[in-house]
Amino acid sequence: MVDMSVTLAEAHLPNPLMTASGCAANGKELSRFFDVAGLGAFVTKSVMSAPRSGRGTPRMAETPSGMLNSIGLQGPGIDAFVEEDLAWLKSAGARALVSIAGSSSGEFADVAAALRNSDSFGAVVGVEVNISCPNVANRGLVFACDPLASAKVVALVREQLPRDIPIFAKLSPDVTDISGIAAACVKAGASGLTMINTLLGIAIDTDRMRPQLGGITGGLSGPAIRPVAVRAIWQVRAAMDQGRFRAVPIIGVGGVRTGRDALELVAAGASAVQVGTATFNDPTAPMRVLGELEALLEAKGYAAFTEVIGIAHGQ
Amino acid sequence: MSAIPNAGVTQVAGELIATRRVGAYHHLTLVAPGVAELARPGQFVALAVGGSTSANLLRRCFSIHRVSPSGTYGGTVELVLAAAGPGSTWITELPLHGQVDVVGPLGRPFPLPNEPVACVLVGGGYGSAPLFWLAEHLRERGCHVEMVLGAASEDRLFGAALARRSADGVTVTTDDGSAGTQGWVSDVLPEVIRRTGAAVVYGCGPMGMLRSITEVATREGAVAQVAVEEAMACGIGVCMTCVMPVVGNDGRTRMVRSCVEGPVFRGDRVRWDAFADGYCVVPEDAVGAPPASGGH
Ligand SMILES: Cc1cc2nc3c(=O)[nH]c(=O)nc-3n(C[C@H](O)[C@H](O)[C@H](O)COP(=O)(O)O)c2cc1C
Ligand code: FES
Repeated sequence: MVDMSVTLAEAHLPNPLMTASGCAANGKELSRFFDVAGLGAFVTKSVMSAPRSGRGTPRMAETPSGMLNSIGLQGPGIDAFVEEDLAWLKSAGARALVSIAGSSSGEFADVAAALRNSDSFGAVVGVEVNISCPNVANRGLVFACDPLASAKVVALVREQLPRDIPIFAKLSPDVTDISGIAAACVKAGASGLTMINTLLGIAIDTDRMRPQLGGITGGLSGPAIRPVAVRAIWQVRAAMDQGRFRAVPIIGVGGVRTGRDALELVAAGASAVQVGTATFNDPTAPMRVLGELEALLEAKGYAAFTEVIGIAHGQ
Repeated sequence: MSAIPNAGVTQVAGELIATRRVGAYHHLTLVAPGVAELARPGQFVALAVGGSTSANLLRRCFSIHRVSPSGTYGGTVELVLAAAGPGSTWITELPLHGQVDVVGPLGRPFPLPNEPVACVLVGGGYGSAPLFWLAEHLRERGCHVEMVLGAASEDRLFGAALARRSADGVTVTTDDGSAGTQGWVSDVLPEVIRRTGAAVVYGCGPMGMLRSITEVATREGAVAQVAVEEAMACGIGVCMTCVMPVVGNDGRTRMVRSCVEGPVFRGDRVRWDAFADGYCVVPEDAVGAPPASGGH
């Protein structure tokens, strides 16, 4: 038996496996396939202050070992989210890592405040701050590409939430220096980091000779991006080890389909792992990956999951 | 494989036990224990393609043609598909006794009328696949059932012979006149509705056809129930790729997931005005729609 428990800042989790935001809806759908309370945490779809319709269709294009999506943050808005989705997760006994988004730093703060004030806040083990969305005040440049804008969002969200609720800034790999953004978020009060979000891409429909997605650009995800996730985690972990900024836990995400894939992210420095696109292929993927990871660690003779976090550094 | 009791859905390793060419299409029979017992006409299954290391991750969704809950091999599910892309080609090239991961049944089935009213079932191409099974259920309830099958050409019609057994009357149309009446299903539909006094028109096929079925049915005073074919990545409601604008009971339009709230919708609830040229836009009056561009 491998001890799979892990502590991410103030969050004590029985295991390191999670869903990825936007790849698991808000719990009910996957509960037809497995008990969502069995996950380390259930990460919800990024929610904004008001209901949002998202983009038109086509919203997806299959690409080699991955896909492009342009959902456009469709969601019910924070009030309906806490009343219906969060209440359901609470009744199911799940630990919720709630992903929030905004088109201004003030909107992030408002969403965090509404979450804190909700009756079901007890189910929340942490908040993931999806800063990979466009900042209306800066001509739609995503917050995560700008260290100052990222830091402002993190600081405002931090103010709204009790100290024992960790916040994780979710970083975009589409930047020149991801460690610089990570440093800005940690200095602004992030308890941890989630990386990576999708990479920007375009697919062309060569029959119609036009972009395949209605929204033209989309986010690339799936096994195709796993090496990018491993690289990003590696670089940020190394920067922490070098003392460039305070060491905080990293939640790894990007291209995980098997327990071996998860171990790659962990060995590069992740303390927990999310499974996203692979869930579309196999609804049980997050739980299956947990079982595979545990079996792999057992076979390799480890007693505890925490022994392998960042193990590939300095070997 | 599936662990949750009473979930109404199961995930199983399906086994291909029969395959047959039908014109331009492939008719497959899979042993998929659990799926057949739960399925209703109009529901679909989502298949994973290419095995566990496949580079094609997205599920392929197919309407269920028919089920046999207690075959010699256990419950079977039959599908009709065209080899259109790499995923469906992989499925059609599966060897006999080859395995494919099946999730189903998924989506909402066709609603059945409480009274024994006359119904017209309209299918375009292999879209007709679920209609024969639906016809059986309707006739069991005492409904008079007529079918209208349309396609570009005779080899793209599915089930014209089957229809003669499943329905009380059959009308066939082809664009090129190679079988039946030359023209579209919408050309012959008004006469069939009037002659039978149909209260419900069920439709399955391409979006453009579903739109015209809805228009004809509404004009003739019948209710249209249409099963849409939207691109789906997961089939189980978690990806939000399959949305389309549909008017709810409160009269407001929302972008709803066709895999969970559909694939069957009342035709007059679908915002057909939002579809054009392979795109679907978010109607300006939809809940949560972005403010109209052009500034304020
Ligand atoms: C359809 C889809 C929707 C997504 N929606 C969100 C979202 O709302 N918020 C977010 O932070 N990330 C979102 N993501 C990104 C994932 O959470 C994840 O970071 C990314 O897909 C990489 O992981 P993967 O390769 O395991 O999918 C979405 C990804 C996909 C494919
Ligand atoms: S296909 Fe994924 S939500 Fe409908």
